Amino acid sequence: MVNYQERLDRTFAALTDPTRRAILARLEHSDSASISELAEPFEIKLPAVMKHLDVLESAGLINRKKSGRTVTVRLRAQPMREAMAWLHRYERFWSTSLDRLTVLAESAEKATRRTER
Amino acid sequence: MTSLTLVRRIRARPQIVFDAMTTAEGIARWWGPDSGPVLISESDPRVGGRYRVRFRRLAGTEHECSGEFLQIVRPEHVIMSWRWKGGAEDPGESRIEIRLRAVPDGTEVTFTHSQLVNEASRQGHEEGWTGALNKLETLFATGVSAQ
Repeated sequence: MVNYQERLDRTFAALTDPTRRAILARLEHSDSASISELAEPFEIKLPAVMKHLDVLESAGLINRKKSGRTVTVRLRAQPMREAMAWLHRYERFWSTSLDRLTVLAESAEKATRRTER
Repeated sequence: MTSLTLVRRIRARPQIVFDAMTTAEGIARWWGPDSGPVLISESDPRVGGRYRVRFRRLAGTEHECSGEFLQIVRPEHVIMSWRWKGGAEDPGESRIEIRLRAVPDGTEVTFTHSQLVNEASRQGHEEGWTGALNKLETLFATGVSAQ
């Protein structure tokens, strides 16, 4: 069983590569795509694309389904949602903190100006 | 690199912002994800010095984080390490960098929390992917739970 942290690690690791991000972005626009459709915009060979798909699949970001001679690739939203929710928690944490820092520093600035006068 | 950057403009001079961000008294008044109280605030803002912050969320849970000041140049630059105490969810050490720049009406603060995910930071630091995430986010935005 893969735990939460390992899943996040895999998701973020899969996302560090620009080709893989481009593949995900491509899948974002269409419900599904064949492997040759996915490979088309890249100047890399099919086997290299397959490797990227392997990484994405083991991170749970896509799944592949074979019907006849065509392999259809679909996006799986759950790991991305999880990763995003995780990152958003930090964003909220610091965003709220910096809001309060702003209020604090601005009132300290006003107080300092009064004593400087 | 898994990182998060926030930029703020604050109508206060850099020295005031810097002290609010790094002293124990300052930290006690702003640190935390909601308006719950800071319970412990310790800080020794010099290179090699440590800080420790414990806070309670409005939901009642308590959390503690701590780290070391790795670089500190008053009033413009701080780098510090960060770690949750007993953080099962996020056990690794990450890094916070704060840059302060004087602007005509006060200070521009650039706050970066980086190396948030161990695997991703091992894989290479050259890759900033927040922008890419933002793009992908359009798809998933509805699915992100607001906690």
